[in-house]
Amino acid sequence: MLTYMLTRVFRAALTILLVMTFAFVVLRLSGDPAAIMLGPDAPTDSVDAFRAEWGLDDPIWKQYFAYLKSIAQLDFGISMRDRSSAIMLVLERLPATLALTVPTLLIQLGIGIPAGVYAALHRQSVADRGVIMLSIFGFTIPSFVMGLLLVLVFAVTLGWLPSGGQDSWRHAILPILTMSVGGIGILARFSRSAMIEVMGQPYIRTAMAKGLSWRDVVWKHALPNASVPIVTIVGFMVGSLIAGAVVVESIFSWPGIGRLLIVSVSNRDLAVVQCLLLVIASSMVIANLCVDFAYGLLDPRLRAKTTAH
Amino acid sequence: MTFVSIRDLKVAFDGVHVLHGIDLTVARGEAVGLVGESGCGKSVTWLAALGLLPGKATVSGSVTVEGQQLIGAARASVEAVRGGRIAMIFQDPSSSLNPVRTVGRQICESLALHRGLDGRARRAEAVRLLDMVGIPDAARRVDLYPHEFSGGQCQRVMIAMALAGEPDLLIADEPTTALDATIQAQILDLLSTLRRETGMAMVFISHDLGAVGAICERVNVMYAGRIVESGDIAPMFERPRHPYTQGLFDAIPRLDGTRNRLIPITGTVPDPRRMPDGCAFAPRCTKASAFCTDTRPDLKPQTDGRDLACFHPVAHQQTVAGEERRRIPA
Repeated sequence: MLTYMLTRVFRAALTILLVMTFAFVVLRLSGDPAAIMLGPDAPTDSVDAFRAEWGLDDPIWKQYFAYLKSIAQLDFGISMRDRSSAIMLVLERLPATLALTVPTLLIQLGIGIPAGVYAALHRQSVADRGVIMLSIFGFTIPSFVMGLLLVLVFAVTLGWLPSGGQDSWRHAILPILTMSVGGIGILARFSRSAMIEVMGQPYIRTAMAKGLSWRDVVWKHALPNASVPIVTIVGFMVGSLIAGAVVVESIFSWPGIGRLLIVSVSNRDLAVVQCLLLVIASSMVIANLCVDFAYGLLDPRLRAKTTAH
Repeated sequence: MTFVSIRDLKVAFDGVHVLHGIDLTVARGEAVGLVGESGCGKSVTWLAALGLLPGKATVSGSVTVEGQQLIGAARASVEAVRGGRIAMIFQDPSSSLNPVRTVGRQICESLALHRGLDGRARRAEAVRLLDMVGIPDAARRVDLYPHEFSGGQCQRVMIAMALAGEPDLLIADEPTTALDATIQAQILDLLSTLRRETGMAMVFISHDLGAVGAICERVNVMYAGRIVESGDIAPMFERPRHPYTQGLFDAIPRLDGTRNRLIPITGTVPDPRRMPDGCAFAPRCTKASAFCTDTRPDLKPQTDGRDLACFHPVAHQQTVAGEERRRIPA
């Protein structure tokens, strides 16, 4: 089990390093920060001074190693824009993003899984068909369309909720709804098919044949087995939540890291963008790591397989 | 004394009838065989009786356990019968155990449910049961998961789990089909030993006539959702009267070395959606007349004590298997 965990952690670290490298190279190839920061009409000597100050004249490999070295010392650089610490900028914005993503995740889990399980246990019923239809609806509508639709209905037409900003909890309702819908649909569909698959297994018949109540059959025998595929998809969803916040934060002018990313990319504020990508990549990688560990806890067969290696 | 009585049990899946009215009884303590080809409805009969078929199945008729009706009964009262009065073990032992729970926990579940045991007493009883069904080192292996047991051992665990509820009747649904030959013999031996020791009744569902002969006192032969012949095991083995039963015997290889050509039953079981009007076996029967294809024979008591559904039964002659049975004492 320990070797299993260690290889997973090593792989996770490698993934983050690859993302960082890729972001580093692409950012430096895709535009000159000096030109964007100082404007097209800036005099040549101030551009040269800017380039020299930020080390942009060095060959890219030299810049890369300097970057790695500072990261290793937990120095994430400073913003080219206002010279404040990049990591502080990101951390300042993180709570706002978490204020959207954490409730979103809870809503997705709290509605998606029970809906899927209920549909699976009442196959071909009206409720089942309803769940299938709504879940297709949920995950086929892109979040920007969903967001605009909600704004149109609840902010513009009905005037019940604000259409953007971060002044009160009411401002969070529409962004959270927008982000939740897709995940609920995906989870409901996955939970449903996982549950249907498990309910057809011979061990469910065994559990029934031994006289267990329907409730115990579902809770003690079916759900633990269905949880493995469900956890997989939850891992993917957690990982993509922060990335998904980028779109929703822009629609609702929510000052989280998603908006910071958009602003920083358009300014070519290298240190901040790299820092943000590091946070986003880490959230995905950590989510996947948690899924890997959860597998081991949920399924003794996987545990055995991984210790054998 | 009749323990379970099944009357006119009919089952249809999505409107397609697969059981056409099964009548059978199991007395306390007796061992009854239920034989027939795959898909003839052997397992469905007992799954339907215990309400274990999936929701799309429609079940009608009557199944009573000492007078208590199970068909159409409240869920709770059927659940009380399952495991406690009638336990069931299945064909594929490895996938019939929950892969994410230890075998001990799965046995303990039955013990808590039917015997009200808990704590240390329950665990000790689980170990005792595993020991009884021949799991070596039971005290340690009680905490292992099903994938850490072989197929034969999984079937032993299933048997231990069935015994945990101290049932009056054990339904063994092809318990040895998925196992290799030496393990088959061990499991059969275990089942008949347990039956002797506990005095529980047993229904042995199988397509293996040899296994049925070794364990059962009575046998019902099923074909295409109907019982076609039933009676005590010895006369059935010596003089099968339904051509289908005869065919089953002729298809058994002989053990004593003389090489006779096996006589297979030609053709296949009819599609349940296109059942013949007359006798379902008529298309494959060597003795079938025009009458057989038009009119269905009912299962009727015969003068020799057995029940038979055939217009042209096999004339009494010795069968290969009958001879063999007498030569090799069971």
